[in-house]
Amino acid sequence: MSSTGTSPKEKRVGRAFDVRTLIGALLGVYGVILTVMGLWFTSEREMAKVDGENLNLWTGLGLLAAAALFGLWAWLRPLAVPVDESAPADPAPADPARH
Amino acid sequence: MDADVLRLDASAIDYVIVASYFAVVLGIGYLAKRQVSSSLDFFLSGRSLPAWVTGLAFISANLGAIEIMGMSANGAQYGIATMHYFWVGAVPAMLFLGLVMMPFYYGSKVRSVPEFMRRRFGTGAHLVNAVSFAVAQVLIAGVNLFLLGTIVNVLLGWSLWLSVVAAAAIVLTYTLLGGLSAAIYNEVLQFFVIVAALLPLTLAALHQVGGWQGLKDRVAESPGGAEQLSAWPGSGLSGFDSPVLSAVGIVFGLGFVLSFGYWTTNFVEVQRAMASKSMSAARRTPIIGAFPKLFIPFLVVIPGMVAAVEVSELAAYKANGGEGGGVTYNDALLLLMRDLLPNGLLGLAITGLLASFMAGMAANISSFNTVFSYDIWQTYVKKDRPDGYYLSVGRVMTVVATVGAIGTAFIASNYGNLMDYLQQLFSFFNAPLFATFILGMFWKRMTPTAGWVGLVAGTLSAVTVYVLSEVGVLDLPGQGASFLGAAAAFVVDIAVSVAVSAVTAPKPASELRGFVYSLTPKEDLREDRTGEDAAWYRSTPLLAAIAGVLVVVLNIAFA
Repeated sequence: MSSTGTSPKEKRVGRAFDVRTLIGALLGVYGVILTVMGLWFTSEREMAKVDGENLNLWTGLGLLAAAALFGLWAWLRPLAVPVDESAPADPAPADPARH
Repeated sequence: MDADVLRLDASAIDYVIVASYFAVVLGIGYLAKRQVSSSLDFFLSGRSLPAWVTGLAFISANLGAIEIMGMSANGAQYGIATMHYFWVGAVPAMLFLGLVMMPFYYGSKVRSVPEFMRRRFGTGAHLVNAVSFAVAQVLIAGVNLFLLGTIVNVLLGWSLWLSVVAAAAIVLTYTLLGGLSAAIYNEVLQFFVIVAALLPLTLAALHQVGGWQGLKDRVAESPGGAEQLSAWPGSGLSGFDSPVLSAVGIVFGLGFVLSFGYWTTNFVEVQRAMASKSMSAARRTPIIGAFPKLFIPFLVVIPGMVAAVEVSELAAYKANGGEGGGVTYNDALLLLMRDLLPNGLLGLAITGLLASFMAGMAANISSFNTVFSYDIWQTYVKKDRPDGYYLSVGRVMTVVATVGAIGTAFIASNYGNLMDYLQQLFSFFNAPLFATFILGMFWKRMTPTAGWVGLVAGTLSAVTVYVLSEVGVLDLPGQGASFLGAAAAFVVDIAVSVAVSAVTAPKPASELRGFVYSLTPKEDLREDRTGEDAAWYRSTPLLAAIAGVLVVVLNIAFA
């Protein structure tokens, strides 16, 4: 792993497209919806389908945790675009994530 | 499918969940558009993607309707033996692709699998490969679209044609905007949405039957019996009563001939690896994909098995020998969703299914437009135009392919059997490809004439076996006929290629650098292990070895 974002040949692109942020955001929205559903809007009848378990709540919390992991990953290893000095006219393809 | 039995009780919140998914899908298409400035950006993502992205896309492109609905159906019908489709029928071929074949595909800088064929063997083999691939993709995209429309129709009650056209419009929009990048980023998103949908369903299903032990007890009491709890010898799946024959059939038929042909030469898959940013990333693409591939079957097969003992209609259907009751094994996952999931989670599960079906279709379209633009249009029709011209051709062909897929979906809805036969026809083309590729990569003497003659002879022998078993001359049970057909295609292709090579002239060695092992300098095939690829966990052989050990461990654990 090269020193992401700090090497002179790379620059951080604040608003470049990072698929990790989008995945994290969508899972986060789902997590909020399902947690709210689970806390206030899931009937006893629906929970009785599976032995009284509140599936919405458990899944919602799981999704929130997954969303947090994606956010953490994107934050710890931000996107960096290699700057190719030999071809400055070439629009640099945004690198979605450096792992 | 019976609409009354399967209609899910979707509420407004379920629709909100489905709609927010599609909003993000289209947003990805829009964002990926900014990265498209040349034809290579559009068709191969400018060869810029990291391995984890292409690796997950590699798996997602294959995680379509047939995989999810079909394999949960097999789980309901055959039990644990279904795992063979993943552990034997996919992972070894994926590891082989990354370790042995990817250096040639990526190192030679070809832009498609048919282009590799053309540079190695010339136009004869190239035309057979490119045209059969392009036609097959439009056909399969249409079948995916039709299945998607059927599911939306049954689950939510939308009309079939509204569902088909709406889904096609969404796939068209993002593929047209962002090209392969949009397709790949969406495949990564789809992967996580599919897991988010199937994991809670699987855990709920296991909880419902009393955990793993409960499932074992219930399956052992069910019509399938305790035999369905072990992967080997898999007699129910292979159709061979003899345990030895069954194991041999699964390892060689499914594991070797069928799966290597599919995973190592199918451009839909290989294109994802070609889009990655370095040789190291390209080689790791199928190997990173192998890890989820090892564990996806738990999320598909186990719900199928639970459905067969827990859902009353399906249990009755199975007890009745697979007849009556208005349901089929294909409905296993849907029935389980209906019985277990509350509103909210139901919306997430529906989203996961739609995501999976659209992933399959987008993968077909994005590989079709590449092969058509580079391999057919640029090679045979209009050479030497500026790059922007081929980018436009690609965009036009994306529209044409989508409209073609809607047409195919229409045909599929009226002539179901015709589609089965056509898919069978294309599997004949697929069967001998692996033989030609592997011989061509390692034997420099193999000639251009041998390339196309071997392919045609192999295809014809697969057709012959199929016809003989259809008319009853050969009596083979279960999957036996397709295993034998693929094996015949492989052997005949090798034999004919060797014989024809002996009497025809090979290509000059200077033209084969990068295409044949002995004529390619080793540094052209080696991956660069400096810079960010230096980390130990980015070693291709190490990752492949871990995946290989896991395959063995899982096979033993579930033997």
